[in-house]
Amino acid sequence: MIRVDVQKRLGDFTLNVQFDAPRGVTAIFGPSGSGKTSVINAIAGLMRPDSGSIALDDRVLFDSTQSVPVQGRKLGYVFQDARLFPHLSVSKNLTFGGRHDHEKVIDLLGLEGLLARKPAGLSGGEKQRVALGRALMSNPDMLLLDEPLAALDARRKQEVLPYLIRLRDNLNMPMVYVSHAMEEVTQLANHLVILADGCVVKHGPLGAVLADHASVAMLGARDAGAVIMAKVVGHDMEDQLTKVSFDGGRINLSGHVGTIGDAIRFRIPAHDIILAGAVPSQISARNVLPVTVTAIDASKDGVSVSLSAGQTPLLARITQASARDMNLTVGAKIFAIIKATAVAPTR
Amino acid sequence: MIWTPVILSLQVATLATLCALPLAVFVAYILARKRFWGHGLLNGLVHLPLVLPPVVTGYLLLVVFGRQGALGAVLYDWFGITLAFRWTGVALAAGIMGFPLMVRAIRLGFEAVDVGLEDAARTLGASNLRVFAQVTLPLIGPAMIAGAVLGFAKALGEFGATITFVAAIPGQTETIPSAIYAALQVPGQEDAVVWLVCISIALAMGALILSEWLTRRMVAR
Repeated sequence: MIRVDVQKRLGDFTLNVQFDAPRGVTAIFGPSGSGKTSVINAIAGLMRPDSGSIALDDRVLFDSTQSVPVQGRKLGYVFQDARLFPHLSVSKNLTFGGRHDHEKVIDLLGLEGLLARKPAGLSGGEKQRVALGRALMSNPDMLLLDEPLAALDARRKQEVLPYLIRLRDNLNMPMVYVSHAMEEVTQLANHLVILADGCVVKHGPLGAVLADHASVAMLGARDAGAVIMAKVVGHDMEDQLTKVSFDGGRINLSGHVGTIGDAIRFRIPAHDIILAGAVPSQISARNVLPVTVTAIDASKDGVSVSLSAGQTPLLARITQASARDMNLTVGAKIFAIIKATAVAPTR
Repeated sequence: MIWTPVILSLQVATLATLCALPLAVFVAYILARKRFWGHGLLNGLVHLPLVLPPVVTGYLLLVVFGRQGALGAVLYDWFGITLAFRWTGVALAAGIMGFPLMVRAIRLGFEAVDVGLEDAARTLGASNLRVFAQVTLPLIGPAMIAGAVLGFAKALGEFGATITFVAAIPGQTETIPSAIYAALQVPGQEDAVVWLVCISIALAMGALILSEWLTRRMVAR
């Protein structure tokens, strides 16, 4: 568990951030210039706050009486630009901070073939994998990742993201993950902290924050939308569908994803959900979920409807006219229609 | 003997470079990285030998390090070291004249090092000393070689401050430039002048080629 409470003046910009997050992957999400990197640098000890406190589990890293130096914090830091030592081989880079889990890390990140090379000869994705390995071998209590995929193109991103998921699942490594890409955040995080202009606007469990109708204003209409954590229960080879199940029901995803029993997460953008008062017939959408309306929030450019499917929160965006015609009220039992093609799981 | 001043010059330039290099790295580091009261003053002081007439530098060395000089007396009384009119004095003059060139080259090296790499090393648990020894120092390697070669070449060629501080005593303080100058004053020594000039050129070229090779090796490694 990490507790962060930092204040810092940087010229005209004021950082004033408080949040706490359980063990797991905490994503710090926000537009550039919102103070994400400053927060992670304060945790790492690379930036000294004017006031506040930072603690990891019961270990105080910073408060008014002490500031543990960077070297003593035992936090692995993966920078956006990898920052490999150019004069050392990959192998020497990896062991610069220690040899913890040496073989396991090399195996997990697929670094075997890179060991003898120099950083200058690596692709962006390979550099980030080496940087990850280097941080892990120093045996950190937590990993700090500052937009580790931002400098990579879409294909390289897909080359690194699965490794991060493996670290989370196989090593159970706590992480603070800074990003402005919602796709990465929904794939990795358990906990979400949304920053804007140096302040926390919302934080909490990933699913709850994303499904909150108030998030629409903060994330923008494009990024708003709930995350569903489900299990693969079958595949339809003929139609190239993947059947998944979660506590709110079953959904068919387009494409062949995972194997039976795999846990997968996917995002359903709020504008990709259609609401219906009764079970519709003769429509092309494959997924019809019974849901309950939990909140309705009307603004001038649309209506956000919070829903719950079983215990899983969902979020839909519809027009004011639709909301009026359907006569939606909190507590109403209705149906959410999701197109199978609307969801694109990355795992 | 033609070879006596050549050997002395090489000896002096090597000693001057080796002694001045660590100090030059230290001063370059401070000038590049630290901001403090007196930064400009230190910078000016380091560069002074570059802009002062060499004779003035030599005179100041004589005043400070001569047998009766402020530091010279202390060195003689306590350690029995005499610098004026000795080969060690030649090395001191050569080192001081080459010092600003070394500091300038190495400072540029420090300024080119990505501080982010040092931060990364710290997050991996490395102490400040280890960061300096294993990250910063290797990264300024080429700049250090460039500085050392400049200092060495300057030490080989130093004339004005040397002749003022330690004169040109054959076999003791007579370096290649002093020997060339002395030979030019006496008719019939043209052969010696040509030889010494050729050796000078060969040494300078050799130093440049060596530094180029070392730099390439460091970059490739």
